[in-house]
Amino acid sequence: MNFYSVRAIYGYEMSRMWRTLLQSVVSPVISTSLYFVVFGSAIGSRITEVDGVSYGAFIVPGLIMLMLLTQSVSNASFGIYFPRFSGTIYEVLSAPVSYFEVVLGYVGAAASKSIILGLIILGTASLFVPLEIQHPLWMLLFLVLTALTFSLLGFIIGIWADGFEKLQLVPLLVITPLTFLGGTFYSIDMLPPFWQKITLLNPVLYLISGFRWSFYGIADVSVAVSLATILVFLGICLALVAWIFKTGYRLKA
Amino acid sequence: MRQLSEDYGAERAVSDGSAAGAERAPERGVVSIRGVSKVYDNGFQALRRVDLEIRRGEIFALLGPNGAGKTTLIGIVCGIVNASEGQVLAAGHDVVRDYRAARAKIGLVPQELTTEAFETVWATVSYSRGLFGKPPNPAYIEQVLKSLSLWEKRNNRMMSLSGGMKRRVLIAKALSHEPEILFLDEPTAGVDVELRRDMWRLVRSLRETGVTVILTTHYIEEAEEMADRIGVINRGKIILVEDKNVLMRKLGEKRLILHLQEPLERIPPELGGYRLSLASGGVELIYTYDAQAERTGITSLLHDLNAAGVRFNDLRTQQSSLEEIFVNLVREEA
Ligand SMILES: Nc1ncnc2c1ncn2[C@@H]1O[C@H](COP(=O)(O)OP(=O)(O)O)[C@@H](O)[C@H]1O
Ligand SMILES: [Mg+2]
Repeated sequence: MNFYSVRAIYGYEMSRMWRTLLQSVVSPVISTSLYFVVFGSAIGSRITEVDGVSYGAFIVPGLIMLMLLTQSVSNASFGIYFPRFSGTIYEVLSAPVSYFEVVLGYVGAAASKSIILGLIILGTASLFVPLEIQHPLWMLLFLVLTALTFSLLGFIIGIWADGFEKLQLVPLLVITPLTFLGGTFYSIDMLPPFWQKITLLNPVLYLISGFRWSFYGIADVSVAVSLATILVFLGICLALVAWIFKTGYRLKA
Repeated sequence: MRQLSEDYGAERAVSDGSAAGAERAPERGVVSIRGVSKVYDNGFQALRRVDLEIRRGEIFALLGPNGAGKTTLIGIVCGIVNASEGQVLAAGHDVVRDYRAARAKIGLVPQELTTEAFETVWATVSYSRGLFGKPPNPAYIEQVLKSLSLWEKRNNRMMSLSGGMKRRVLIAKALSHEPEILFLDEPTAGVDVELRRDMWRLVRSLRETGVTVILTTHYIEEAEEMADRIGVINRGKIILVEDKNVLMRKLGEKRLILHLQEPLERIPPELGGYRLSLASGGVELIYTYDAQAERTGITSLLHDLNAAGVRFNDLRTQQSSLEEIFVNLVREEA
């Protein structure tokens, strides 16, 4: 393991976050706060409780997940797409680093950013609604695993994309809808039976459900299934990344 | 500058890539390229069985027109392009199987000015050193920046720098991990005279510290100015590798072509002391001479022709083109 190389990539990526503090931290915090105001107050005045949890508190885990998924994907995809686009990737390709170290640096940085953001949003949320976290270790485990998995997904998208449109397409057309339809703002019990079945096909549902369980002990599906889902996802992403580097797909001519 | 933009028809001249065979050292060089080919995904063959041995500590110029395959070849050595076949060793390490050891020894200055706009000079050069697995060494980075006249700019962001300054930063990045082998891909393309002079000075001082420098160029003058040896590449083939001095002597040759009134069957013995040959069925007498020499011998040749009774009704001179040199080289070696 080449410690200095991983540290260089990781540090370089993290420094982008400080440089663009406004964009990378402030704007997700503001938009999450807006969700609280709109959904928590407006809808929360009509739906008072879900499964014994106040509506404002109920949507917190889903909102954190929404932010975690979109930020992980966009950070990681941009992090690797930009050097490809500008040509500075040549340096990484010519460096004495293994693929594992490259991924560790890029994905590690993107995941770290989303985890930090997730915690900031958690803090912001606690200003609006009373929160309880019944299983803090599980909460952290879901947070870290989700951030990692979706940063890996972002990394893959950043390598696959051959233009800025594609880079934004996946988060826009896939991640955000899946999150909204995955029970961020409701429990699937509230849906008609047919839509419940459809929703069960949405993998993001399992993530949100597991994450929410770590807060309030309530879940749409069992925690084991949630954990298994995220691990399967992680495995698929890891396999894809391994294949990308083995073949040099879109990285090497 | 004279530019190698013409195609020298090397394909025709060289039937197989081993034309440069006379240069092949028995032991392998600090960079050793054997049988390397590259076919790009679109089916284009950019390199055809390239063999090349770079000697430790030399300055080697890879000279060839645009599209010859220079960048592709460098890319393969540095791990940016996958070779379709063949093997490359750098400092004795296979660049694919033992890439860590090989790449740690190599620094690369790419052809394109690719930089991260928002980083400072200091940060980007320090990053490169870390990326190549070396512990921080601010004193060394300082020395590199000073040697490239970048020290005053160390806190500037890349986007505020001129093209020439960016080029310097790319060189500093390539030197940040103290490589033994340095690749400079078209280092002086689009660079002002001052930077070109600086660059040449830097390359020479690097050689003094034992660094092997391989640079690509399509300017003959640049190869002439800097290199110890020159390899010429065209259409993906190395067509010759030659000591700079030998090649330049050949490049300096000119020919005086005399159109004779009466065809000659052979060159009169009185003129045996001159480098003469006959062409076009004996109506053309060709005198080859070194245009850069103090005495070209033209005056005495004309005098001796007159004395020998050889009459001509026209004359012209012709610079030997690279193409002719290659053709001649191949003939001589065949
Ligand atoms: N990624 C690529 N895909 C297809 N053809 C390429 C690619 N890169 C370079 N080429 C072609 O290979 C040839 C050699 O290119 P290059 O190595 O850049 O030449 P040079 O550096 O000598 O100018 C050119 O004809 C170029 O168009
Ligand atoms: Mg080139």
